[in-house]
Amino acid sequence: MPSLGADMDEGTLLEWLVAPGDVVHRGDVLAVIDTSKAAIDVESFHDGVVGDLLVEPGTRVPVGTTLATIDDGAAGATGGAEPPVPEPVRVASPLARQDAERRGVDLHRVQGTGPGGSVTRDDVGAAPRPGPARRVRATPYARRLAREAGIALEAVTPADGATVHAADVLGARGSAPPGAAKPPEPPEPPEPATEPAARPHAADAMRAAIAATMARSKREVPHYYLAHTVDLAAALAWMQERNLALPVERRLLPAALVLHATARAAAATPALNGYWEDGGFQQADGVHLGVAVSLRGGGLLAPALLDADQLTVEETMARLKDLVARTRAGHLHRRELTDATITVTNLGDQGVELVHGVIHAPQVALVGVGRVVERPWAVDGMLGVRPVTTVTLAADHRATDGFIGARFLSLVDRHLQRPEEP
Amino acid sequence: MSPSLTPDDARRAVALVLGTIVPDVDALELPEDAVLREELELDSLDFLTFVERLGQRTHVRIDEADYPRLATLSSAAALVVERSA
Repeated sequence: MPSLGADMDEGTLLEWLVAPGDVVHRGDVLAVIDTSKAAIDVESFHDGVVGDLLVEPGTRVPVGTTLATIDDGAAGATGGAEPPVPEPVRVASPLARQDAERRGVDLHRVQGTGPGGSVTRDDVGAAPRPGPARRVRATPYARRLAREAGIALEAVTPADGATVHAADVLGARGSAPPGAAKPPEPPEPPEPATEPAARPHAADAMRAAIAATMARSKREVPHYYLAHTVDLAAALAWMQERNLALPVERRLLPAALVLHATARAAAATPALNGYWEDGGFQQADGVHLGVAVSLRGGGLLAPALLDADQLTVEETMARLKDLVARTRAGHLHRRELTDATITVTNLGDQGVELVHGVIHAPQVALVGVGRVVERPWAVDGMLGVRPVTTVTLAADHRATDGFIGARFLSLVDRHLQRPEEP
Repeated sequence: MSPSLTPDDARRAVALVLGTIVPDVDALELPEDAVLREELELDSLDFLTFVERLGQRTHVRIDEADYPRLATLSSAAALVVERSA
């Protein structure tokens, strides 16, 4: 049972999408898991053949429980969704582990001189640094998994060549340490609490998850707030023109234009696109735009439009429709829930003009979009009536100052003045 | 082409489409002048889906300029009848 968020400690297996004997490839969806927030597709981290399915649909199990085995053709089978955990390295202090992580030293390769052969900070300091010292790009979830498993991120090869994702860490974990040819016995599944697959308390669970996340953000993140009113006359005129030519199923909404402009502004403002973690800012590799989606029956989710800065306005619209539909149907992919790098909340449909958001930590910025309203607006010394919207930014003051936030909002404005640019 | 819809057919079509978006509600039981977007808490994406499906179901073209006429069940039904004629 993979962890699909910092606040998740158990999940319900809803459905198996594979059967024993099926050949699966890395990235194939194996099962659907119900968290307190949504039903999530869980992918395979390995190529191989499905062995045993160890957990029955409808069963709730703690994070870390082995769900199934996948025979990858190597000696012995390794767990699919939860490969075996390598022997943890003994460290003399958490600081030693932090040093190792910061310096990119693989603790498995360090000879410990501390009590009981544990690795001290001096040992880490004396260890050769692998290559030039650089911060490895990694998603927060990948970073946490690596820390828990005692794997140096530097030792993990990202599948996309740039950013270490959780799957990469899990892959590395399945193969490390060297010589662990015989995987440990699958752990006895902890007393499973068998519950019906229905979610009688889903709304309560989601409320609790939101409460925990938001309280932590307000407790730990020093927010600063900026607001900027954008003249949408050019953007809406362009949109209406486009919509006359588009079939109804591809018609655009103002939200698509604002998301598109925000994604491009985020790409040009890397200091707002990433995570505050371990006392430092980690710039994200792509722009994965979290979009707050309110759910019928209460609660909300902010799944990500992956690589949103690479999309045209029309693609943004199509992807937004798909994402919202799947969010409400409870059918998201894992990365959509874990990889957002900056989030947008659009409360314009509810009729409010201004949103002061709460940052979805460890992200460092939340963009709020209000309703489109007609207002008197001065242009070139003349007063006219224009459709305008107020775009706000709540940002983490540890990561950026107001100057960068202000530049970001003016970039959003600039993109909205030239919607025809791809 | 299908023959023009009766006002009752049109109302049923509108309600049916709304039911695909807000499953728990029977739009036919709403007051005549209830504003659908408010009453059913439709956001702009829901509304666009409504336009899309209503167009498909009734084979009627609905432009952005027509959106104000989709405000209530009766005005939406009237639009559909007019366009299907």
